[in-house]
Amino acid sequence: MPEQVSPPPLCSPAPRPIFEARGLTKVYQMGEVRVDALRGVDLDLYAGELVVLLGPSGSGKSTLLNILGGLDTPTSGTVRYAEHDLTVDDDAAMTQYRREHVGFVFQFYNLIPSLTARENVALVTEIAHDPMTPEEALALVGLAPRMDHFPSQMSGGEQQRVAIARAVAKRPQVLLCDEPTGALDAQTGVMVLEVIARVNQELGTTTVVITHNAVIAAMADRVVHFGDGHVVRIERNESRKAASELSW
Amino acid sequence: MRAIDRKLWRDLWHMRGQAVAIALVVMCGVGTYVMFLSTLGALRATQDDYYREYRFAEVFATLKRAPESLRARIAAIPGVERVETRVVEAVRLDMPDFAEPVSARMVSLADDAPHGLNGLHLREGRLPLPGRADEVVVSTPFAKAHTLHPGDRFHAILNGRRQALTVVGTALSPEFVQQLRPGSAFPDPKRYGVMWMGRKALGQAYDLDGAFNDLALSLRPGADAQDVIDRVDALITPFGGLGAYARKDQLSHRFLTQELDQLGTLATLFPTMFMGVAAFLLNVVISRLVTMQREQIATLKAFGYGNGAVTVHYLKLVAVIAGAGIAGGILLGVWLGHALSGIYMEFYYFPWLRFSLQPATMLEAAGASLAAAGAGTIVAVWRAARLSPAQAMRPEPPPRYRETLVEQLGLKRWLSQPTRMILRHIWRKPLKSALTVLGIALACGIILTGLFQRDTVGFMMNVHYGLAQREDLSVAFTDPTAYRARFDLAGLHGVEHVEVFRSVPVRLRHGHLEHRTTIRGIEPDGELQRLLDTELRPVAMPSEGILMTDHLGKMLGVRVGDRIVVEVLEGNRPLREAVVAGLVKEYLGVAAYMDLAALNRFMHEGPTISGAWLAVDHAQLQGLYARLKELPRVAGVAERIQEIRNFNRLMDETMLFFTYVSTVFAVVIAFGVIYNSARIALTERGRELASLRVLGFTRGEIGYILLGELGILTAVAIPLGLKLGEAMCYYIALTMQTDLFRVPVVLVPQTYAFAVAVVIVSALLSGLAVRRRLDRLDLIAVLKTPE
Repeated sequence: MPEQVSPPPLCSPAPRPIFEARGLTKVYQMGEVRVDALRGVDLDLYAGELVVLLGPSGSGKSTLLNILGGLDTPTSGTVRYAEHDLTVDDDAAMTQYRREHVGFVFQFYNLIPSLTARENVALVTEIAHDPMTPEEALALVGLAPRMDHFPSQMSGGEQQRVAIARAVAKRPQVLLCDEPTGALDAQTGVMVLEVIARVNQELGTTTVVITHNAVIAAMADRVVHFGDGHVVRIERNESRKAASELSW
Repeated sequence: MRAIDRKLWRDLWHMRGQAVAIALVVMCGVGTYVMFLSTLGALRATQDDYYREYRFAEVFATLKRAPESLRARIAAIPGVERVETRVVEAVRLDMPDFAEPVSARMVSLADDAPHGLNGLHLREGRLPLPGRADEVVVSTPFAKAHTLHPGDRFHAILNGRRQALTVVGTALSPEFVQQLRPGSAFPDPKRYGVMWMGRKALGQAYDLDGAFNDLALSLRPGADAQDVIDRVDALITPFGGLGAYARKDQLSHRFLTQELDQLGTLATLFPTMFMGVAAFLLNVVISRLVTMQREQIATLKAFGYGNGAVTVHYLKLVAVIAGAGIAGGILLGVWLGHALSGIYMEFYYFPWLRFSLQPATMLEAAGASLAAAGAGTIVAVWRAARLSPAQAMRPEPPPRYRETLVEQLGLKRWLSQPTRMILRHIWRKPLKSALTVLGIALACGIILTGLFQRDTVGFMMNVHYGLAQREDLSVAFTDPTAYRARFDLAGLHGVEHVEVFRSVPVRLRHGHLEHRTTIRGIEPDGELQRLLDTELRPVAMPSEGILMTDHLGKMLGVRVGDRIVVEVLEGNRPLREAVVAGLVKEYLGVAAYMDLAALNRFMHEGPTISGAWLAVDHAQLQGLYARLKELPRVAGVAERIQEIRNFNRLMDETMLFFTYVSTVFAVVIAFGVIYNSARIALTERGRELASLRVLGFTRGEIGYILLGELGILTAVAIPLGLKLGEAMCYYIALTMQTDLFRVPVVLVPQTYAFAVAVVIVSALLSGLAVRRRLDRLDLIAVLKTPE
């Protein structure tokens, strides 16, 4: 049973958060419709932890993740990553930030269909500072034998593992996963989550996983509950479950 | 190879059909540009070099007879650099193995100055030896037509005396780049040629020893040509001078210049259209591709590729397509340029062709293509890159559709849902739809312009040789001849009907405007030579006053009833006034006409004629030629049917080339535009169409939704294209209005039908190509994957 903790525990020396978000709001204009995606979010994330953002669709999780990843900027509020101010609308700086620090995994994999698994990973390693080789990255996700297959020749789970390999190949400090199992069946989803957990533990990558599947929350250090553009509550798991123990 | 470059090649392979279609359009654009400009450049360079190296004269004059001593006074005119006095005569030839009459222009060569003006470019043999009256150099085309080589012999009638001549060489001259028999519109090297004989020998044959009847001058740099002309005129008028003229009025030069000017017009018109279409296609296809790859762009950006890198990536893609088109276009253009130059070399006699690859032309073509392609791409990529990756990864909001005007007008209930989809889709992007229509219309129009020359010249021929000039043979006398020569001709075996005419060289003046031409006196109610009004109805010859070609009327600024000054340029050169009695329609030349008897009275001469038109019994033609050759006063005989044949030969060789090239190019454009539009529609709407299939629509029904739009756009484009084509033809015709000929815009129904058929077939082929893909639509996959 997870207990509720709002500020980080005071007993241990307070580590400095790697992400600090304060008063974030985001308003979208979708055609003729105005959408308030974030309505004032405060959140800190710490190095090396695995955080699950849980909430129904439309609750603002993806918007927050996009802002953390430098894919989008907030309408108001501040957000910092280490020394980086992520609120500035500076495309070059954001590009540099993403290139050096962040790995993304998307619900629909977003592989480049015209490139093989290896080439999709190479796309990132070629512009990264100190990357693994594409082969290493693909071995990490258990796809070494499928390296030269095109996305269209792979199952959804395999494609998502390629996406993870592509995300971690540059050894990012942060891995951001948006519904990584959303398009997969349970068995395949578990396999993908195992890979994410392994990357988090073996590489010490701060990992944020978005899901609306509450079962997945059990594998997190902390669970952030989202609803209607707010952080509803934050829970800390005493012990993380292994991904293989999950089922839904 | 970098992974992102690999993506580029795979994307290219994936869109190969469209890429090829675009590259072909670029290729046609660059190809036409290079073809026209390299031909134009080659001909201009050739013309310049030829004129310079062979010292083409700058001022010309003909006169009756002047003593050689006049030469010094002409040479003393300020601005004159060199003077060449010559003897030039029209002669009749008797070629062995060729029964029909042949005429030639015999030009004297200075015996003492081999490097004089209008130098000969010897192709074979040598120049005549001084004083040899039996040696001639013949023009190369004439030699070719009769397979003459040095040593061959034939006979000529020189000043009424039959004389044997030996060919000692064949040559070309800058003065006769175009060799047309006077009064003829088409070259006929079999029946007309130019030849050169030593000055002394030719002078003696025509009683012009120590005298001359023709002048050629070159000028010092910066000399005032008009001033020289005025001074020359003052000197030669007492000797029967017919008025000196500058190089720009020299016939061969004028033909060539006008031809090159027309080529220049085409060189701007066609490539501009192709480049426009290519730019449009690249723009549409690339912006669509970029939109389709919105998510991929976002993914690239999510992983740290900057806007610059993404833009460069797509620019490379475009550069590959455009580059292939440019490379192909340059090759095509050089090849076609050679072919086109070759055609010009058939009709303009140059000793060589300075065809060189012109890097500037190629760079211009490549630069224009790349700029057009790049501009379209940058806008599209910028639009995609400007979005934050998060936004770009979300599916686009549903496109905004509206009810169309047709529906708002209350026709909605008559339209099925699929038809409404078609109309709303066209309506949603009116600019794109309009540009597609314009592209197809251009293809249609290009075909019309390609066939236009054939149609209109065919029409001119019909008017000229069908309605106006209807004789079988025309006979020209060496000098004005007594009217009774008519009866000599009528008495010849085989002659069925004779009509006679009088030609008088004149200068017509109205106010400060003047023009040199010929007044032709013709018999009223003649059947063989008729004048036509602007509606092409025969005009009765008024018994008094002068009729003139409408274009001449325009040049002189006269209207019916105006009085003009007629300066006769032969005999004792009287200066008289005449009233313009009417205007007639003629497409060739700018002649004026009078009643024969009225002209004789006007000239204060008895019944005098310059030639005759004959209707003959064709079975007797060969014998008739032989008898005509024996008449000493006959300078030349022209056969109407031969003129028509010469014309057809010219048409076959030149027009076919243009027709072929323009049709192929138009097909490329039509296919490029329609196929690309269809492919884009398919990618844009594949999901929607697959959904409809899932809902139970048949392949035919969704085919209708997709291709119906193209059908409508094509249907709108065709009439527009025909109008556009007519407008382009009018523009081309407008640039061809000269005193040598005027081009009416005539397009025959078959041409319209052909243009429409080509566009429809291109549309059907494009539709079929896309329909095949439509049939293979994977319904489940389309619905499962995200937008």
